[in-house]
Amino acid sequence: MGSSAPEPLLVMRGIVKQFPGVRALDGVDLDVRPGEVHCLLGQNGAGKSTLIKVLAGAHQPDAGEIVFAGAPVRLAGPTAAMRAGIATIYQELDLVDGLSVAENIFLGHEKATFGFTRRGDAERSARELLGRLGHAEIPPRREVGRLPAAGKQVVSMARALSHDARLIVMDEPSAALAHDEVDNLFRIIRELTGAGVAVVYISHRLEEIRQIGDRVTVLKDGRAVAAGLPARTTSTGEIVSLMTGRDVEYVFPERSEEPRGDRPEILRVESLTLPGSFEDVSFTVRAGEIVGLAGLVGSGRSEILETVYGARRPARGRVLVDGRPVRPGDTGAAVRRGMGMAPEERKSQALLPAGTVAANISVAGLSRYASFGWLSRRRELADVRRQIEALDIRPPDPGRPVVTLSGGNQQKVVLARWLLGTAELRLLILDEPTRGVDVGARAELYALIRGLAGRGIGVLLVSSEVPEVLGLADRVLVVREGRVVHTGAARDLDEAAVLNMIMEGSAL
Amino acid sequence: MTKTRHSGGTTPQAPRKGAGPNERGGALVSLTRKAGNGAPAGVGEIRHLGLVAALVLLCAAGLITEPENFATSGNAVGVLVLAATIGVISVGQTFVIIGGGIDLSVGSVMALASVWATTVATQSYGPAVMAMCAILVGTGSGVVTGLLISYGRMVPFIATLAMLVAARGLAQRMSDRRTQLIRPENDAIEALSTTKLLGLPLLVYIFAAVAVAGWLLLNRTTFGRRTFAVGGNREAARLAGIDVRRHTLLLYALSGFCCGIAAIIIMALTTTGSSTHGDLYELDAIAAVIIGGTLLTGGRGTITGSILGVLIFTLITNLFILNGLQTSDQLIAKGVIIVIAVLLQRRGLRSPA
Repeated sequence: MGSSAPEPLLVMRGIVKQFPGVRALDGVDLDVRPGEVHCLLGQNGAGKSTLIKVLAGAHQPDAGEIVFAGAPVRLAGPTAAMRAGIATIYQELDLVDGLSVAENIFLGHEKATFGFTRRGDAERSARELLGRLGHAEIPPRREVGRLPAAGKQVVSMARALSHDARLIVMDEPSAALAHDEVDNLFRIIRELTGAGVAVVYISHRLEEIRQIGDRVTVLKDGRAVAAGLPARTTSTGEIVSLMTGRDVEYVFPERSEEPRGDRPEILRVESLTLPGSFEDVSFTVRAGEIVGLAGLVGSGRSEILETVYGARRPARGRVLVDGRPVRPGDTGAAVRRGMGMAPEERKSQALLPAGTVAANISVAGLSRYASFGWLSRRRELADVRRQIEALDIRPPDPGRPVVTLSGGNQQKVVLARWLLGTAELRLLILDEPTRGVDVGARAELYALIRGLAGRGIGVLLVSSEVPEVLGLADRVLVVREGRVVHTGAARDLDEAAVLNMIMEGSAL
Repeated sequence: MTKTRHSGGTTPQAPRKGAGPNERGGALVSLTRKAGNGAPAGVGEIRHLGLVAALVLLCAAGLITEPENFATSGNAVGVLVLAATIGVISVGQTFVIIGGGIDLSVGSVMALASVWATTVATQSYGPAVMAMCAILVGTGSGVVTGLLISYGRMVPFIATLAMLVAARGLAQRMSDRRTQLIRPENDAIEALSTTKLLGLPLLVYIFAAVAVAGWLLLNRTTFGRRTFAVGGNREAARLAGIDVRRHTLLLYALSGFCCGIAAIIIMALTTTGSSTHGDLYELDAIAAVIIGGTLLTGGRGTITGSILGVLIFTLITNLFILNGLQTSDQLIAKGVIIVIAVLLQRRGLRSPA
């Protein structure tokens, strides 16, 4: 791009977005020039997704102003953003698999006369757009569901172009692509920017940012901590240190520094493999030990947990609890052997949304209160009340619908589910235990998890937030692209070192 | 009188937005009440109140339009008898729907069970074996659809649609499309409708027993609680260690079991087994369950509501017959009732706690 620093295409000033319990954006500034690739960097929870949703018109900011092409705009909805000339390509491509390429490109603004679509017209325009993107070989009539991931992405971009977009936001566009496809993506991006289109590019791979980016803005805790850094010359160390060192203090309970080597082994995982997700993963968890997995979304970390728990069936390898193998791919067997899990997506994987707090707590341990299937509701409720008190679930009302609780209290409900019969719980598996939980409740959860480990329960934990893994776990496994690349004591690691390991691309 | 069919092809609509916080299924409501602590009043109870009010209104309409015929004990008994067959089927259907499925095959399976139980061969073993046969055939059909759905991973709508068609065909083939009379030596079956205890035919007691057993199973056992879990969030149930597939299989087996019992009732009422029994009963049963407040998407529902739904439908039929009105008007009225019931429930779900 030119050195004359042209008039910016997009200026965002002091954007604030407040969610219940979380200030996702705390006064973000961003300016993007025409024809540049502007990279957004930041850890999970730094506010990247919220920011691009504001740009896409999906979220309304609580404060701040957006100036686009020299005029203040209000992006009241996705259509308004499109009309203004801002297109967003999400990580999960929002294409309709059952429609053709051309139909997808013009979805929502079909070429039609009196409601009758002009298919020939649409197909001609689609062919032209695809040609501009260097993919004239994609037939406009092909059903989108039958295209490979890279092809779908091209269709998404063609859709953006069909709106005459002047700014295209790409959320981790390379995540679903193979290596040579990434090269093609970059070629397309260069053609777009050559024609004056600006691109906001989000990626975790620093290597890519060096290759394609012009300038970098780093987000941390809802603020831009650095804006407009040169993408090619800023050192990795500087970027990593900008992304870390947060303002929010993590309150971790004191570690009890006792040697744990002599404790009995609860979990042993032997060369577990799930093709396409992870390869040859082996590790152990001892009684009272907290083992943390650090890795990016898509690194295979959640799949490892789910496979250990029996929610997925591995192709190879074994899982042993107390030295005896657990039947693979059977969550019931895992629970009977003393495992419990708080999954990543609390709402879709853990909670019974129609149920009360009590029903949600007792669901996994019902047989404990039953003789020949007949429930003793008195004993059930007594135990539920005991757990509500022990975990300080608020409000302490077993009859309350679980969906009315805050995120932190919902997470406590999920934990309480596995604590009803503490004698039986051997291993607690936690995937993102503090997602959607505000800072105060986090500290409580940390103390709770540490307390459980203190009682001899083994804990296996995944978190996107590196400080959380380092602060809670005794031992850390770093996972990258389906492989454990490092195992070590948490006290020997710091955030920058772990980030370096999990983000290290092939070239860095 | 039992030949009156009470519904047309009105397909009930599922309430779409059902995730209201202040609304629960029966088991959870009762747990709430016990829990107390100022929990918001369950909409479940209010809704039952609405159903009861609808019943009262229908009775008032009966008293006004046909004062000398409606308020007789004979008519009241008639309504209960008329409700028994669909009622028993609806209990099984309630379980399936709360568990996140649907069973379209109930009417056909009942017909098949009635035909199988009245074949010459079966009848030669006497009434007890006939009844056993009906129950076994019903449960067996339920196990087949259940296997297709749980282990064969078929969509419930399609698997039970296949059973609906196939069971009806098998019933026709077994009976050669002829109505099979129950032989005089097996009139113990018929006695279920003719013998009265405290003024009520025995089959009304069967209906009541199935309803009570269903209520207990849903609200007082691990099976019932897991049914809510499986229907409310299948993935969460699986991750809580519940064997979702086995549970799904059992739900359809239970529905088939209820169809077997319904077959005994229809045999008692008509003294026949026929491949034409139970035509479109699946729609009546589903409509009754939906009117009763069970979510078509699963996870929420009550047996009490379903029974009230069945009684409302039966009462409408009864009123229209007493007043000598057209069957067509009766169908229209039922369609309207379904829509109103679902609209009212949706409003109930949206109102704040």
